Amino acid sequence: MTTTPRLAPEPTHGTARRRAPWVRSLVALLHHKVAVAGLVVLAVLVVCALFGEQLAPYPANAVDISRALQPPSTAHPFGTDDLGRDVMSRVILAASVSLQVSVVSVTIALVVGVLLGLVAGYFGGWPDTVVMRVADVMFAFPVMLLAIAIVAVLGPGLTTAMIAIGVVYVPIFARVTRASVLSVREEPYVRAAVSLGAHPGRVIVRHVLPNVSAPIIVQTSLSLAFAILSEAALSFLGLGVQPPAPSWGRMLFDAKAFLDQAWWMGVFPGLAVFVTVLALNLVGDALRDVLDVRKTVND
Amino acid sequence: MSVHDAPLLQVEGLQVRFPVRTERRKAWVHAVEDVSFSLAHGETLGLVGESGSGKSTIGNALLGLVPPTAGRILLDGHDVTSARGPSLRELRRRVTMVFQDPLASLDPRRTIEDSVREPLEIHRLSPGRERGRRVADLLDLVGLPRRFADHYPHELSGGQRQRVCIARALAGDPEIVVLDEATASLDVSVQAQIMNLLQDLQRDLGLSYLFISHDLAAVEHMSHRVQVMYLGRLMESAGREEIYAAPGHPYTQALLSAIPADDPVVERGRRRILLRGDVPSPVSPPSGCVFRTRCPLAIDVCAERVPEPVGLGAGHVAACVRAGERVPAGT
Amino acid sequence: MPALSVQDLHVRIKDAQILRGVSWSVEHGQTLGIVGESGSGKSMTVLAATGLVGPPLAQVTGRAVLGAPHSSGRSSGGPDGPASATLPDGGGQDLLTLSPAGRRAVRGRRIGFVFQDPATSLNPILDVERQLTEGLEEHLGMTRRAARGRALELLEMVGIPDPERRLRAYPHELSGGMRQRVMIAIALSCDPDVLIADEATTALDVTIQAQIIDAVRDLQERLGTAVVWISHDLGVVGGLADEVVVLYGGQVVEQADVLTLFAQRSHPYTEGLFASRPRLGSAGGHLTTIPGSPPDPRSLPAGCVFYDRCTLRSDPRCATHRPELVPLAPGHLVRSFCATPVRDAPLDPEETA
Repeated sequence: MTTTPRLAPEPTHGTARRRAPWVRSLVALLHHKVAVAGLVVLAVLVVCALFGEQLAPYPANAVDISRALQPPSTAHPFGTDDLGRDVMSRVILAASVSLQVSVVSVTIALVVGVLLGLVAGYFGGWPDTVVMRVADVMFAFPVMLLAIAIVAVLGPGLTTAMIAIGVVYVPIFARVTRASVLSVREEPYVRAAVSLGAHPGRVIVRHVLPNVSAPIIVQTSLSLAFAILSEAALSFLGLGVQPPAPSWGRMLFDAKAFLDQAWWMGVFPGLAVFVTVLALNLVGDALRDVLDVRKTVND
Repeated sequence: MSVHDAPLLQVEGLQVRFPVRTERRKAWVHAVEDVSFSLAHGETLGLVGESGSGKSTIGNALLGLVPPTAGRILLDGHDVTSARGPSLRELRRRVTMVFQDPLASLDPRRTIEDSVREPLEIHRLSPGRERGRRVADLLDLVGLPRRFADHYPHELSGGQRQRVCIARALAGDPEIVVLDEATASLDVSVQAQIMNLLQDLQRDLGLSYLFISHDLAAVEHMSHRVQVMYLGRLMESAGREEIYAAPGHPYTQALLSAIPADDPVVERGRRRILLRGDVPSPVSPPSGCVFRTRCPLAIDVCAERVPEPVGLGAGHVAACVRAGERVPAGT
Repeated sequence: MPALSVQDLHVRIKDAQILRGVSWSVEHGQTLGIVGESGSGKSMTVLAATGLVGPPLAQVTGRAVLGAPHSSGRSSGGPDGPASATLPDGGGQDLLTLSPAGRRAVRGRRIGFVFQDPATSLNPILDVERQLTEGLEEHLGMTRRAARGRALELLEMVGIPDPERRLRAYPHELSGGMRQRVMIAIALSCDPDVLIADEATTALDVTIQAQIIDAVRDLQERLGTAVVWISHDLGVVGGLADEVVVLYGGQVVEQADVLTLFAQRSHPYTEGLFASRPRLGSAGGHLTTIPGSPPDPRSLPAGCVFYDRCTLRSDPRCATHRPELVPLAPGHLVRSFCATPVRDAPLDPEETA
């Protein structure tokens, strides 16, 4: 027989201390070892982004041709690049650019995508059709191709990179949101709110949005990782951050020509991308576990 | 209905059909067909039927949650059938609903206080500062300790949650409460508490109830009048005593006979009316009387036209050409 | 020897004591009714006994002894497969000490299950034939052809009209009552010794429930299967069961044959259950209620488990001592310090007639 037995015991009758759902989720997250590891990495990254100037041993653009292409040493733990700039300093300072690009672009995608998803999912009908067909069309293009096309129109640079990556991720958020809204919309508590005379806006803001937030939060952390990769890719192609500003993608691009002479030019920015993306994915997966409302109800 | 005042609620020829897409063509689910009834102040009308009978759709139509395709709904003589905007909001203050599953009908992310307070906010009822006190009063009214105000729904038991839903339904001082299987998901011992509470509230607040249920015993216990529905149509309507003592419609007789007797000896010895087969699809209901495909008394004429209601006594009508005949047991 | 007997079953999940020493048994050809509210542990007794719930999720102790196969009263079409011939020690086997493979061989073969929700208990992407023949091929080693013939017979047996056509149907094409009949057919397909029905008619309409109950009664008469019928509905249990066990807070609080239980129930909780349900013909007025709600299995009271809700508590031991399950009369067990004593005349003469 393939029936999952239902095991939910009777609820506690107010014996446990009451916490708001988000507090419960946060506590659960902090008990999740993998998530904590990811969060520590992200915290280090945020510190680098905020205090890069103070932390970096050298200025980012201190060119010194006489010290070009030096291998890692005590003076330059990550070595130096073809212009004699300290790779470690540049990796640290690039954190700010990467985080900025990913946070801004994902915020654009989040706000626009969630709004569209809420409207499409809750009201259905023609708004739904329009939003979803446009999303389908955008999905049909490879992500990078679409971003490159947007950059081609707006011209390369940090701002364009952010807009391009943001636009590319709008349909992902719209879809995730709409899918959750479709199921939450049918929940009896939403019907109950409607039956009490609540305006659709109120129903969406007070009852639908909070209950679809879990998958959106998970998607946000995963998209941040993708955005960092996209920024690196765009910059690698010369379409993102422009030299001499440091960026992990740009550094990888510059390292390409020297891979056989100076492996450290590519390995360290590459590692930075890898560790950041991994940390974001770990946190995202942990959030997925933790935010499952029904699972935490009986904890 | 002889002793009641002018009806608070009057439903005339209500019809609700939903479009469905089948493989080839667009079709209609005939959820409710030509249903008329009234509800007086302080009265409980029991609406009983099996799944697919359309009883819940009627409740939803009263609150404008599903649009009727024909017929009228009058509240205090005013047509509210297609109320919109502020008048729809006002309708949903005067007529509220309690649903079957109390856990599912409370937002898991809102405290009990948030949920009970919501109607006050929607209808801008008491000034902001006094809402907390009003919530506390409502919790008192339904017999919940005030300390539950900052609890979340999952921390309460089933009966407590349903009390919260009742408090929420009463927050806006409604006149009619639609109880849609409101006791069905509760444990037996808790069900009795909730039914007693509902009766006390009716007495104290002068509420009118539309008690929708599949449970004939619960309906008998709660209602002044009872209407039996089958496949979207009214089969029989009568005062409580009449319908249980002298059911006139063969379907009502079969329903009553299907309930296990209280005494195991009687239960084993008796022969019940066993209906054959299942309820037909509401997309293509049978012609004439919708019950005829399962009816032990069906005759040729039943397929030809929809039976007119036949009077069987004061306020007792059955929509059946053979109304009043007894169905032999064991058929 | 009983077809299935559960002895001193304890189940613990994390810090919740779901079952605390439950014992019951059911004889071949008999029906045991298990009555209780949500959280009473009524479903858990069969889930734990048959290994559907167990480590690592739950700690289970006790014994669940499946008796020797019942050989008489089989339907003519029931093939006695090779599986039934090779049982250890010719007598009972404890399901709780059996290997996972051994338990799988028992489930579906010697114990059939019917659960509450036929919509989710059937696999939506397989047709009725596939789901019916799966067990026949797996447990009885039947060929596809033979299994199909048996499947037809089973559908007919549970009262499904036009079985040829239904065999090719998918679950979503069947009504709720029809699905539950298919579930019963699957449960009975390997000619089990025990049929376990957990709230099998709760999700169905009353007229359909009546059909299913009649079908089960009829099948039991013909096949001699032992039935464990779990329900919250006293009326349904009263109509089906020979013996009734009332569970509360993970313990048996009263046990008797069905007539005794209905006529001379003695535990305050059983009495409360009877009094609190609305009955036909008892219109109006207030219902007697059991105050409060069932106990939390994570913090059970020190004394009688029903103490908080009991209106009859009077004995000084109620709050501090846990009552034992003691015989009140032969075959009538009660766990309460405040049990109503047995009346002199056991039953009305016309009732026993």
